[in-house]
Amino acid sequence: MSERKKQSHLKELEDEGIYVMREVAAQFDRPVLLFSGGKDSIVMFHLALKAFHPGKIPFPLMHVDTGHNFPETIEFRDKLVEKYGVELIVGSVQESIDKGDVEEETGPDASRNALQTVTLLDTLKKHQVDAALGGGRRDEEKARAKERFFSHRDVFGQWDPKNQRPELWNLYNGMKKPGENFRVFPISNWTEMDVWQYIAQEEIEIPSLYFAHERKVFDRRGVWLADTDFVNKMDDEEVVTKTVRFRTIGDATCTGAVESTASNMEEIIQEVASARQTERGNRHDDKRSETAMEDRKRQGYF
Amino acid sequence: MSPLKSQNSELNSTDATGSKYLDMDLLRFTTAGSVDDGKSTLIGRLFYDSKSIFEDQMEAIEKSSKSSGEEDVNLALLTDGLKAEREQKITIDVAYRYFATPKRKFIIADTPGHTQYTRNMVTGASTADLAVILVDASKGLLTQSRRHAFISSLLRIPHLVVAINKMDLVDYSEDVYNEIVSEFSAFAKKLNVTDVTYIPISALKGDNVVDKSENTEWYKGSTLLHHLENVKVDADENIIDFRFPVQYVIRPNQNFRGFSGRVASGHVRPGDEVKVLPSGLTTKIKDIVTRGENLEVAYPGDSVTLTTEDEIDISRGDMIVRKDNVPTVRNDFEAYVCWMDGKALEPGKQYVLQHNTRRTQVYANDIVYRMNVDTMGREDANKLELNEIGRVKLVSSQPLFFDAYQVNKKTGSFIIIDKATNVTVGAGMMRAGSTVSKDDSTQKSKLKTQHSPNVTWEPWNIPREEREKRNGHKAQVLWLTGISGAGKSTIAKEVEKRLFESGKQTMLLDGDQVRHGLNGDLGFSAADRSENIRRVGHLSRLFFEHGNIVICTFVSPFDSDREAVKALFPEGNFKVVHIICDPKTAQERDPKGLYAKAEKGEISGLTGYDANHEAPENPALTVNTDELSIEEAVEKVLDLIEAKS
Repeated sequence: MSERKKQSHLKELEDEGIYVMREVAAQFDRPVLLFSGGKDSIVMFHLALKAFHPGKIPFPLMHVDTGHNFPETIEFRDKLVEKYGVELIVGSVQESIDKGDVEEETGPDASRNALQTVTLLDTLKKHQVDAALGGGRRDEEKARAKERFFSHRDVFGQWDPKNQRPELWNLYNGMKKPGENFRVFPISNWTEMDVWQYIAQEEIEIPSLYFAHERKVFDRRGVWLADTDFVNKMDDEEVVTKTVRFRTIGDATCTGAVESTASNMEEIIQEVASARQTERGNRHDDKRSETAMEDRKRQGYF
Repeated sequence: MSPLKSQNSELNSTDATGSKYLDMDLLRFTTAGSVDDGKSTLIGRLFYDSKSIFEDQMEAIEKSSKSSGEEDVNLALLTDGLKAEREQKITIDVAYRYFATPKRKFIIADTPGHTQYTRNMVTGASTADLAVILVDASKGLLTQSRRHAFISSLLRIPHLVVAINKMDLVDYSEDVYNEIVSEFSAFAKKLNVTDVTYIPISALKGDNVVDKSENTEWYKGSTLLHHLENVKVDADENIIDFRFPVQYVIRPNQNFRGFSGRVASGHVRPGDEVKVLPSGLTTKIKDIVTRGENLEVAYPGDSVTLTTEDEIDISRGDMIVRKDNVPTVRNDFEAYVCWMDGKALEPGKQYVLQHNTRRTQVYANDIVYRMNVDTMGREDANKLELNEIGRVKLVSSQPLFFDAYQVNKKTGSFIIIDKATNVTVGAGMMRAGSTVSKDDSTQKSKLKTQHSPNVTWEPWNIPREEREKRNGHKAQVLWLTGISGAGKSTIAKEVEKRLFESGKQTMLLDGDQVRHGLNGDLGFSAADRSENIRRVGHLSRLFFEHGNIVICTFVSPFDSDREAVKALFPEGNFKVVHIICDPKTAQERDPKGLYAKAEKGEISGLTGYDANHEAPENPALTVNTDELSIEEAVEKVLDLIEAKS
């Protein structure tokens, strides 16, 4: 018998993620992998490549496009899809607005972030998706700490946090009635640091937005927002050029940049290790109220 | 506040540099405590003192504490996530928390402590390597702490930490601490726990959580965080019994057919002869495929894809095992079931059972008894209600491939799903497959009945009690079980000598001895092993009736065989002593050269090498020969004998 040391935490998290991916492929008929172009969904994609090697990933990617994405994100997405020959489904918030399913917010803080939920649910329904793999992590936010790996959604796509199925050992119950579906979170147990470490270890390519670059930004209530066509600036908001990077990538209207000179993986990891703010600390969408995330999740947010 | 800046400074992480994080391993632990034991405060304290709280999180809870009119910052707010919890100030669902030190990454399953949430505690415990049980020093050991300890032992969490909290309220009194320690250890003896650590703390004030306290100079042990960082969990894995539940078949083209899954236990190498269940077909492993290079060996927890030499039909739900080390294959079995739904478990009602990657129909045939989790008593029951735990006989429509939960958590656990609602309603931990009796009606009283009910014993000519009177001591049987090389014979021989020298009537029965004559016709198949033990059981009964202190040393790997022997003796006269050591130590000792033979492939099915030893469920004594000298081990066994005679 051989000597056996406990494996590293990254290996254990990877094995767990792959296991969950395969459970989804085996238990569901029409799963999709929700892909935002952010680091978490890129890691998910990488895990899926590993899970089904040498076969192809047996489900399409699904991107909910707010129309307010950074162009770098979309470019990255399209290159990845082409390189690996995977199917991509795009749900468009612009289309939902044009069809009158949702109404665009107005005012300086207008964001399409909340509208995404409607587009997401519609797109899932249209493609009869029964399981949507998401890159949500429990360490991100307090409501997510109670999320299951296999999270049941009723026919309205809603989450009932008080009445979740118990989840024991590694036995994931994906049984459901017609019309219901699941959100599945293979990297539930990863922290922001784990994600960065893994990207570095596996040498995974990520969008340039994550690395320090010069950008025109303005200060809104303590958050550096990028100066784009999508954001309505107020008169007293002054645009300056700063060296910044993004810790998360979301809608350009609500994802703040941080001042940083971290231009490679090593420096990013150093920065994450000494950060004094959670990565969502610069997300305007969470700051709306103390339970902003829980309220959005109940309605079917990611 | 100014725009957020990320800090490249040394503020909270002088040594938490990137590269150090790569060498960490992962410890999953669960925390349990009663409503006011201060569990959330403790986690908040661990985060706060280990600098795992971020500025914005701290700001949020400061604001929240202030708005609810509290004086100090309420660290508990960090973990109480959902709205209702913050309003009622209690935790109502399992929440998972993460923090890391340069040594380890931690995942905390924070589970609620009140009666009605046993199901959450079981959920949190199911994935834990360690449990922290909180006791309020000002209140002493309450029923609820006992319940948490019991559930931890039922779920086989290998390490327990009893954190005696609120020491500040009892003036950091060593006496109060000692009292709780002795009360808890008395209770722990009844449970199947081997590793218990006691730490006096104050979560509120921070004593002994991360930093050593000046208020408890009498305490010489480590702080809670230090213990969590250093407790060894490598040895808890089962690397002997290879079990590979097939999750998914990958077939990209005609030339490749791979079977994906996660190694549940044991290890596998290319070239290993394997058997596929349920078909029973055998083949050899060709490659262990990953997206990187193919592996030379796969260990427990590895997610891999196996290919086989021969093209045989394998699909999801099948299990690949080693040819000569197979699990129990049965469709009727016993398990401890924790019920998790408002609608009670009813015998006869059909459910779906999910075990590894297999789903099948199942019904409960009989509820053997319900455990009273507070008193640990056994109660009659004909159904199991929400949050109740019972020993249940189940029958499944397809056979399951399983091991006893206590030797293999992965292949010994299952969930029960309601067919109408699809909700997970129960969790089960399987017991060893019974080979003694298949007759359901006698199951409950199995231990008391004879297998041949029509044969009645003639009373002994001279009753045992008379012989005992003359000998001046009681008769009893000590059964030493354990793998070859654990130290059974060495201890037994010394114990017998000491007994003899002190004038006791005694007899030693040893495996090799009986196999020469009485059992010379038996080999080492599972059936022959059982027969060997059965005969030895009856032999020791005769010596017992003769008034002897009988010491039996047998590998006796099967729980069911030992149970059958136990049933031959009046209650309390037969005691199982589990002799354990690290398998590696046993292999080094190799007193009979068996491991060397197994290594060369000359023998197979050697217990402790490529066959399982089912640990006894409630041994009267466990002796770890890695930790104790022969002399100390002998003393322990003699103490056990003394207690009876």
